[in-house]
Amino acid sequence: MNPAKIFLAAFLVNNIILMRFIGLCPFFGVSTSLNTSIGMSAAVLFVMLLAAWVSWILYHALLLPLGLVFLRTAVFILVIAALVQFVEMFLKRYVRHLYSAMGIYLPLITTNCAILAVTFLNIDYKFNLFQATIFALGTALGFALVIILFAALRERLESAPISPAFKGFPIAFVSAALVSLAFMGFTALFGIS
Amino acid sequence: MGWLLIIKSLIALGGLGLLLSIILLIAQIKFTVKIDEREAEIRSVLPGANCGACGYPGCDGYANAIVTGKAPLNACTVGGPAVAEKIGKIMGQEVTAAEPPVAVLICRGGKREATERFEYYGTESCREATLLLGGPKACIYGCIGMGHCVKVCPVQAIKMDENRLPVIDEKVCIGCGKCIRECPKGTLRLIPRSKLVYLACVSQDRGKAVKDVCQVGCIGCGLCVKVCPVGALKMEGNLPVMDFEKCIDCAICVHKCPSKSFVDRAPGRPKASINPRCTGCGACVKVCQFKAIEGEPNHQHRVLPEKCIGCGQCALVCPVKAIDFVGALGYALKTQ
Repeated sequence: MNPAKIFLAAFLVNNIILMRFIGLCPFFGVSTSLNTSIGMSAAVLFVMLLAAWVSWILYHALLLPLGLVFLRTAVFILVIAALVQFVEMFLKRYVRHLYSAMGIYLPLITTNCAILAVTFLNIDYKFNLFQATIFALGTALGFALVIILFAALRERLESAPISPAFKGFPIAFVSAALVSLAFMGFTALFGIS
Repeated sequence: MGWLLIIKSLIALGGLGLLLSIILLIAQIKFTVKIDEREAEIRSVLPGANCGACGYPGCDGYANAIVTGKAPLNACTVGGPAVAEKIGKIMGQEVTAAEPPVAVLICRGGKREATERFEYYGTESCREATLLLGGPKACIYGCIGMGHCVKVCPVQAIKMDENRLPVIDEKVCIGCGKCIRECPKGTLRLIPRSKLVYLACVSQDRGKAVKDVCQVGCIGCGLCVKVCPVGALKMEGNLPVMDFEKCIDCAICVHKCPSKSFVDRAPGRPKASINPRCTGCGACVKVCQFKAIEGEPNHQHRVLPEKCIGCGQCALVCPVKAIDFVGALGYALKTQ
């Protein structure tokens, strides 16, 4: 498949949050302010790329030859968790400012379903390593786009006159649904399935 | 097939887990960041409010700055003397605690005193109201009174009163200065906690313009500068500026100010009272700015309690120490 098409599909058409409805917990959890959502997006981008590489290599080098494909969920979770731990230690030792910038989001992202979803989708779509990289990149940037856009939206919502029953999460869900509808417009373009 | 598959997956998953844990263990040993033990100790005695009053990003940042020698040991205003002493013990140095300042509102023009230019129907937010022509208040310098400071105060020391002005509970205030940084109008400031008198007006306008929009705004008459016995006030533009180093908290300015723009934080002040040692020399009569002392020459004078404000100036000049201060328990007048 064309790399540009993969990227655009992951970025917009099959956006991980608004079209696949994956990774909704960080989407609502950290989109309350622009700063936290940018930190989270950076951590997702970083971990998603690493996880895509490691899981792809592990799947094709270990699970497929041994016929242990059914173990992929357990193996991927294990590997991603260990990888993030390792990277966190490494950054803390050698790249201190990056560590303090990503802060709490790095360990938080370990258990993010969006990361796991990308590793699975890479395999289900039968991507090669390059395509998997592009796909992970597009997905992470799509995640960043939506979460940062939505953070700006929620900062406006904070000061908007909203009836008490809708204040906070309810209105956030309603607006997320509307944004999702808007993104649905992209499906007419192209997508990957 | 069945058994083989189970054994194979056990070995694969178990082996992977073992391998990863060994890698993590090695990484843990190899990448351990050497943290100064004292840093962790200092961090544990700090309050953990992460208020930033010390000027460092949170308590962790401050602990790090102490250990690296960049920060003074007594910069934590929340913990006060108790924490400063503990830090001193850890660092092996003597410390004197910094006095935490207190935040005060330097505007007295609430709903009752200050007029409004237009009716505001927007969001109840100081910042948004400020964006709209500087807010609804006719005085563009004054407090908007929509309580942004109430929201940002980390210790809930600020409440709004019925006059639409924030009231700061000085016992609760930790002097972190967050409200001062957040206030779009700059009508809050930190003053030394021990100082009782401050000017509560920020209007830079001339007297007439101030008088038109606010009953309690400083009109810049300069009377306070003239009456101050220690020269702690001087005019800068249309506002007097107080030198807290010089001020003796006599509160003469508070009572002389024609527009009542000064605030006296003292809960109550004592009144002068003259004892029989008085020789009737009349020195106190001359120095009293409120005509609160009267009497015949060479006879014991008396104080008119309704006029006396308890400034203590008479006691300073009395040659025979015949003036005592009574009332206002728990308040020590600074007469020296």
